[in-house]
Amino acid sequence: MTAPVLSVRNLQVEFASRRGTLRAIDGVSFDIAKGEVLGVVGESGAGKSVTGLSVIGLIDPPGRIAGGEIHLAGLRIDNLPPEEMRRIRGKRIGMIFQDPLTSLNPLYKVGDQIVETIRTHLNLSEQAARRRAIDLLAEVGIPAPDKRIDGYPHEFSGGMRQRVVIALAICAEPELIIADEPTTALDVSVQAQIISLIKRLGRDHGTAVMLVTHDMGVIAETSDRVAVMYAGRVAEIGPVQDVVRNPLHPYAKGLMGAIPTLAGDDKRLVQIPGSMPRLSAIPRGCSFNPRCASAFDRCRVDRPEPLSRGTQSVACHLYDSVPAETAA
Amino acid sequence: MLAFTLRRAIQAIGVMIAVGIISFSMFRFAGDPVNQMVGMDTSGAERAAIRKSLGLDDPVIVQFGRYVGNAAQFKFGVSYQFRLPVTDLLMERMPATLELAIVATIFAMVSGILMGVYSALRRDSWLTHVFQAVSLIGISLPTFLIGILMIYLFSVTLGWLPSFGRGDVVHIGWWTTGLLTWSGLKALIMPSITLGLFQMTLIMRLVRAEMLEVLRTDYIRFARARGLTTRAIHFGHALRNTLVPVITVAGLQFGSVIAFAIITETVFQWPGMGLLFVQAVQNVDIPIMAAYLMMVSLIFVTINLVVDILYTIVDPRLRSTVSRAH
Repeated sequence: MTAPVLSVRNLQVEFASRRGTLRAIDGVSFDIAKGEVLGVVGESGAGKSVTGLSVIGLIDPPGRIAGGEIHLAGLRIDNLPPEEMRRIRGKRIGMIFQDPLTSLNPLYKVGDQIVETIRTHLNLSEQAARRRAIDLLAEVGIPAPDKRIDGYPHEFSGGMRQRVVIALAICAEPELIIADEPTTALDVSVQAQIISLIKRLGRDHGTAVMLVTHDMGVIAETSDRVAVMYAGRVAEIGPVQDVVRNPLHPYAKGLMGAIPTLAGDDKRLVQIPGSMPRLSAIPRGCSFNPRCASAFDRCRVDRPEPLSRGTQSVACHLYDSVPAETAA
Repeated sequence: MLAFTLRRAIQAIGVMIAVGIISFSMFRFAGDPVNQMVGMDTSGAERAAIRKSLGLDDPVIVQFGRYVGNAAQFKFGVSYQFRLPVTDLLMERMPATLELAIVATIFAMVSGILMGVYSALRRDSWLTHVFQAVSLIGISLPTFLIGILMIYLFSVTLGWLPSFGRGDVVHIGWWTTGLLTWSGLKALIMPSITLGLFQMTLIMRLVRAEMLEVLRTDYIRFARARGLTTRAIHFGHALRNTLVPVITVAGLQFGSVIAFAIITETVFQWPGMGLLFVQAVQNVDIPIMAAYLMMVSLIFVTINLVVDILYTIVDPRLRSTVSRAH
């Protein structure tokens, strides 16, 4: 087995605040293999975006990576000097942000922004970079790219702008793309197009994709594996079919139960009572215990560590004492 | 784009007519001009004759039309004190004022933008704190005080720079310039710093605030995610976005620089339009005051027009909304 493209081990991210240090990410570990799409799902504030930003090295102060390791194809990148990390951003890791309307500099033609990025990372002439930019725009599905390349961002629709953003993210053939809620700001009909575009690009180029979203539907459609995050930790991670059909963690069960089906059964959608704790008030033991129907004494004291259950890995005490057969 | 420019130009003409009314009414408020021209012993018949020959017995609207017509041809009558055409007097003084204003504005823009960018990028550097302190001084001390302090230090105490006047000037056609002689340049230093200091602090504070704002935007974050160099992000992306509002303010400030030149010119006895105006006020020389008002307004309006057009060049979004509006 080859080394995974991205390997995150026991990542910890802290934010210094006036009321002390807040731990936004507390011991997150996962791998993404070449060509694999990992969906990262969770409520707002679960630490999905912060995880993505720490991988690409864009955590803004007062936040900082406090522990753990991040490896990109075997190279440790979490402690690289800023200039070396800068060379990796855009070249080996591409990033797509949530809002395509504000991701592009309004004062520059989209072509200039793409050419600028290409020439930052690849040793190409102005003309060669421009040709490449036109090819990229064509690849992400922008019609008449040789004309549109001289357009300004405000002349593009939201979906088209997100395509430009994707073209920018892939312009140096990165090994990894981090897509942070790439469809949240878009129309539903456009969402599907963007999702299939990201999926196709990942497949065609063998790019690993980390897809951050709170939309389980998007995950189910796109991802190979899914990581469910809760309060800065991974609650459950595994192949997407297994996690969707047979979630193990009570929180994952709750999430899957909250997805409406098209089958038209009259079952009420399950709601998870309560809300995610604030970073300053994460409960002792399992951070999910106050909302968990199956919580028992140990959950309020011990923090559960990830346990392997078949193809899945789950951080829950329910699966610790029980034999594997009955749990799975 | 053309329609936009044309519309703005028509608005500018409207403003100029309004200014014309104010400037014209100055003659009325300042009393009967005939009384000021003639002696005590002039007879009533002679006064009437003068009045008639000057067209002062025509209806006001006719007089105003004549005034505007003349003003459009840059004829503003004859100065009471100098007995010379006002236009010649103003034209003779204008190069001095414009040169001072332009040098002061360039000084203010260049140092203001540099200091603003620096203090936005290095928020905790000691130099930033120095800039902040300087800007506080520039914004709170009145111009004349700064001028006098500088004269005291550099002319009286150190004797490095001349305390008044323009130095030697070179004539190029009707234009006179002090930029080509050593003494002219030396004479420019203190007045332009005095005049530009306030604008400099204004621009510095504006650039700093705008730059900090822009650096927080998504497209700057995305530019970082694209792996662009810090230099490209700061000076290619952030600075250009910062300059959009700065252009407007700096442009409009150029008008106030010319207006504020009155004080600086008085302090440094700079032979410009401002000094001429101050002398005109002291001697109730209405034609000069009225013409000065018109000239300054014309400069203001022209700058406004240029700024509007520049704006659309810098910001492509305005270009299309402008053309879509027609």
